[in-house]
Amino acid sequence: MAIVTLFGVAVVVFLLLRVAPGDPVAMMIAPGASAHDIAELRARYGLDQPFLVQFGIWLDGILHGNFGTSISLRRNVLELLTERLPATLELAIVACAIAVLLGGATAIAGTLIRRTRGEAMIDAVNGLMLAVPDFVWALAFVLVLGVLWPVLPLSGRSDPSVDAALSTHFYLFESLITGRFGIARDTAAHMVMPALALALPLAAVIIRILKEALSEAMVQDYVLVARVKGMTELRLVAGEALRNAVGPTLALTGVQFTFLIGGTVIVERIFAYPGIGSMAIDAVINRDLPLIQGLVLVFGALFVLINLAIDAGVAALNPRLRHG
Amino acid sequence: MAEALLDAPSPIATSRHADRNRIRALLAQPKVVFAGGFILFLIMLAVFAPLIAPRDPLEQDLLAGTLPPMGFTGAEPGFLLGTDDLGRDVLSRLIFGTRIALIVAFVASALAALLGTLLGLFAGYFRGATDAAVSRLVEIWMAFPPVLLSILVVAIMGAGVGSVIAAIAIIDWTRFARVVRTETMAQAQADYVVAARVLGFGRLAILFREVLPNVAPVLLALLTLEMGIAVIVEAILSFVGLSVSSDTPTWGGMIAQGRQIIHQAWWVFAAPLAALFATVLAFNQVGDGLRRALDPVMQR
Repeated sequence: MAIVTLFGVAVVVFLLLRVAPGDPVAMMIAPGASAHDIAELRARYGLDQPFLVQFGIWLDGILHGNFGTSISLRRNVLELLTERLPATLELAIVACAIAVLLGGATAIAGTLIRRTRGEAMIDAVNGLMLAVPDFVWALAFVLVLGVLWPVLPLSGRSDPSVDAALSTHFYLFESLITGRFGIARDTAAHMVMPALALALPLAAVIIRILKEALSEAMVQDYVLVARVKGMTELRLVAGEALRNAVGPTLALTGVQFTFLIGGTVIVERIFAYPGIGSMAIDAVINRDLPLIQGLVLVFGALFVLINLAIDAGVAALNPRLRHG
Repeated sequence: MAEALLDAPSPIATSRHADRNRIRALLAQPKVVFAGGFILFLIMLAVFAPLIAPRDPLEQDLLAGTLPPMGFTGAEPGFLLGTDDLGRDVLSRLIFGTRIALIVAFVASALAALLGTLLGLFAGYFRGATDAAVSRLVEIWMAFPPVLLSILVVAIMGAGVGSVIAAIAIIDWTRFARVVRTETMAQAQADYVVAARVLGFGRLAILFREVLPNVAPVLLALLTLEMGIAVIVEAILSFVGLSVSSDTPTWGGMIAQGRQIIHQAWWVFAAPLAALFATVLAFNQVGDGLRRALDPVMQR
């Protein structure tokens, strides 16, 4: 199933790019180049072949780990992807962690103080949060935390001096593991705004759904029994009720995690964060076919992997599904 | 974002007199009235922009460049929200910007709804191979980051309002297809559908005359939410430089321009951002209110 989806993604993007007017070769060649030069370039990138042959060549390449050569950057696509993907992965993982922690804590707090003015306030704020997309959060952070009260770096992933000092492209994780906290702090500071912008819409959905699941669980018999046994309210909510609410919440919020990955495209662009998202926009604008195809495939693979992980998580959390 | 909450089918309960109760339930929510009023206000601004805007949105006055909004030192009367680096009036550009925002909001979401509803109805009612094909297509579609796909579509079709509208319809039909499919599956089990079948109604007649009206409430809520999404997508495409030509003021274009001069004139960035925020919030509140008013379970 997952393979079929990925194959479908590859076909769709290939079709889309083939119907596109405009010649990618025309964009990379100096004005006044001879027809012979152009033909030679087209042949080098396989653009002179019929559609099915091009698709076959590309698919065969992918299966052999060859993603082709980027037209605009003139570099191996796989190399570019392995350079940029870690930045996006770090950003997405940090954003997910923020969303789960913030969403979980708020939902638990809201359940603890249910039927008070505090809960009504959480609901009101959450109602606003549900409406605001990552794009608007990102721009609001640029304005408030980057310009009006400039406490955070506005763009990039790290100070320019950092790059040479690390051996992988996982700046944050590597510097944390190797104990270089100066670099970790710098990378984290660059990540705060884009990660928050991605996290808040997801956190909003988690709050709404988890809070509802928690309040449903709170009136179940096992919670009443635990309460009679003298368990504290905090342990009732964060222990008993949470254990039963997490599964359904994950099942209902699953699709939002894939939205977060999609959100990296524009959020990375806004903060000039050097991941695969910002690279994808440039690739499209430059009509860089091999790079677009490689990037779309990576995004598709991420989508499929996240869905598999969520399905596995939901099954592991639901005893009734475990043997199904 | 809130459309995730619509994925579950709503309980079946529809009758004529219930409609009046629903409208009453809708208007009993102050935030819906307020948000709806704001959208009406935006529509007025868009329609009467030339009469309302204090200046020509394209008129440049380099001697009056980067004037701050009223209340800040250096502000000049007549420029309520200040001017940009070319001396163009921010308020007037903001007012004219509602035009593109609302055209895209209404047309693009209607098209996305049309496409998604048809596919969702067929998938949910006919099941089998139709459902498998539509569901597979939805899954493939969702594996694309929506922003990337919209940029791709606009890059292919060429920048312009038409391309932006097409891009939104081509991408966001899945939101409608998913929800309408689930809803149709639930409705297709209902007694009234069985009765219509017994009476010998054709399959398409049942689908469009019996099932569709009962799916409509959910559809309406989803459509309103989609309008907010469409406004955002248009702003994103303008921000990337792929929407309409730079002669036409758009909020996204203003934001992109404001980003360039944000350290000299933050208001050029802040004003359209605030407009965008308020508009998305308004559509979302109305959509959420509709969902509450139309869902019998939530009326408790």
